[in-house]
Amino acid sequence: MTKSLTAKAMTFINGEQFWRGVVSIVVFLIFWEVGSRSQAWFGFAFPWVSQVPPPSAVLVELFKLIQDPSFWMSAFLSTLRVFEGFFAAMLIGIPLGLAMAVSRTFYGITFPVFEVLRPIPPLAWVPASIIFWPTQELSIAFITFLGAFFTIVINVIGGAQAIDVRYFQAARSMGSSTWDIFRRIILPGTLPSIVVGATVGVGITWAVVVAAEMISGGGSSGSGGATGGGLGFFIWNSYVGGSYTQIVAGMISIGIAGYLSSAVLRKIGKWMTPWLSES
Amino acid sequence: MAHASQLASSPLGSQITVSNVSKSYGAGDFAKQVVQDCSFTLDSGKLTVMIGPSGCGKSTLIRMLAGFERPSSGTITLDGKPVTGPGLDRMVVFQESALFPWMTTYDNIMFGPRARGEDTPEMRAFAEELLQKVGLDGFRKKYPAQLSGGMQRRAELARSMINKPDIMILDEPFRGLDAMTKKLMQQYYANLYEEFRRTTFFVTTDIDEAIYLADRILIMTNIPTQVRAAINVDLPRPRHVEDITENDEANAIKMKALGLLHEEAMKSFARGSKAAADFVDAYARRMAKE
Repeated sequence: MTKSLTAKAMTFINGEQFWRGVVSIVVFLIFWEVGSRSQAWFGFAFPWVSQVPPPSAVLVELFKLIQDPSFWMSAFLSTLRVFEGFFAAMLIGIPLGLAMAVSRTFYGITFPVFEVLRPIPPLAWVPASIIFWPTQELSIAFITFLGAFFTIVINVIGGAQAIDVRYFQAARSMGSSTWDIFRRIILPGTLPSIVVGATVGVGITWAVVVAAEMISGGGSSGSGGATGGGLGFFIWNSYVGGSYTQIVAGMISIGIAGYLSSAVLRKIGKWMTPWLSES
Repeated sequence: MAHASQLASSPLGSQITVSNVSKSYGAGDFAKQVVQDCSFTLDSGKLTVMIGPSGCGKSTLIRMLAGFERPSSGTITLDGKPVTGPGLDRMVVFQESALFPWMTTYDNIMFGPRARGEDTPEMRAFAEELLQKVGLDGFRKKYPAQLSGGMQRRAELARSMINKPDIMILDEPFRGLDAMTKKLMQQYYANLYEEFRRTTFFVTTDIDEAIYLADRILIMTNIPTQVRAAINVDLPRPRHVEDITENDEANAIKMKALGLLHEEAMKSFARGSKAAADFVDAYARRMAKE
């Protein structure tokens, strides 16, 4: 029944889907390598790709970076901001979404404002948020909060409203109180949507934190340099310094960080909603 | 045995009287009359089956009996007291499974007792008995999605019965099951009823199911619905499906019921075909224009 982790990994590696993925990545890397070295190798430049440093050089750069504590510091700072913003968004967004789904009055009062604010891109908030918040650290966290917040709220409202009315009828006829219905019907019924909102939200948070770091000029460090500014500032700084391999290495590390965050949330979500996966 | 005493604690159940009930939805020109001047009684401890053409308003009647909706006019009384909302005395088993997907079979069955703060050893023992009785003992830790259609129906029956309702209301509970499972479920349910003997209101569109289960059959008219005829089924219990197919009385009831249902179905079809004719007509004219 329950296979060991190594056995699971072996079946995965032997699977067709795994090899399709390997082929896809290898072919992509070959095109990239050949494309970016086209000037040197064939005497003419492929458009766009030839401007990008080759993956072999990026790999060497990444290898250097992972031995550099200041790179880890940047990664750590961005991660911290992502999670600050993300957790704040969960903490405020879930109760707000539930309240909006449960109370018609509250929905009527809050939804119009919410719908006007929602389409404003988080990055449009950057200047205002720098003015609002006393420190740059707080304004970046606020921007990341906005990135996840609206997605989470919309998902919570949608999830709670989509709960089958018969569940409420059944619970009521079995003697459930309002609190009991909230705790045992609305909360678990909304949980799958909360998980989806969180998984999508954390991805947006990564997209937003990097841009916020670039625009605000590196957060708390102020003095610039690769230390203290986060991965967004790291990339911007590499651009200013003309290190193209560092730019791409920074981009790839953000991709990996975003993937890992979503994967962790998916894992937690799966664990919290066992009724969806076991069949 | 423990369950025998638990089930027998109120051997007959209550009586429900529906008098001159009407229900319409919408207002003004858009009002749709679904139930019109409908009267009948559910005798205590008896299994009353309601049968009628699909879309005739049976589910609307059920929602009013359960207390989820109020009649536009007329009264529904339970042992003489008017029904004003949902209550523990009436349990509804819905058309499709309304088991909570996020709870295991056991947690679903224990929902009612826990909702009322009655997670007691006696209730847990009763839940065990019910699990055995509906044949889900080995599936207590499974979620509804992991159960077959028939198992879901049985889990739902157990979830209702643990609340020892005075009245069980079942809205086409075996609809959508394959023929084999349906037959098994009917036998299962007949056994449960014979032990349980609570006032039961069972809605179906299947005449064989109705005769197999019923003490009394109410045949409903086409929408807006009312009782067209009431037929008593005095076949001895426990019944067997084979006996009923060969029983003259059962066949006489079946012929009579089918005749009435056929008339009502034709009325419904006539309305449907008029609408269909109008649609085809409009479509043809539009095609001619292009």
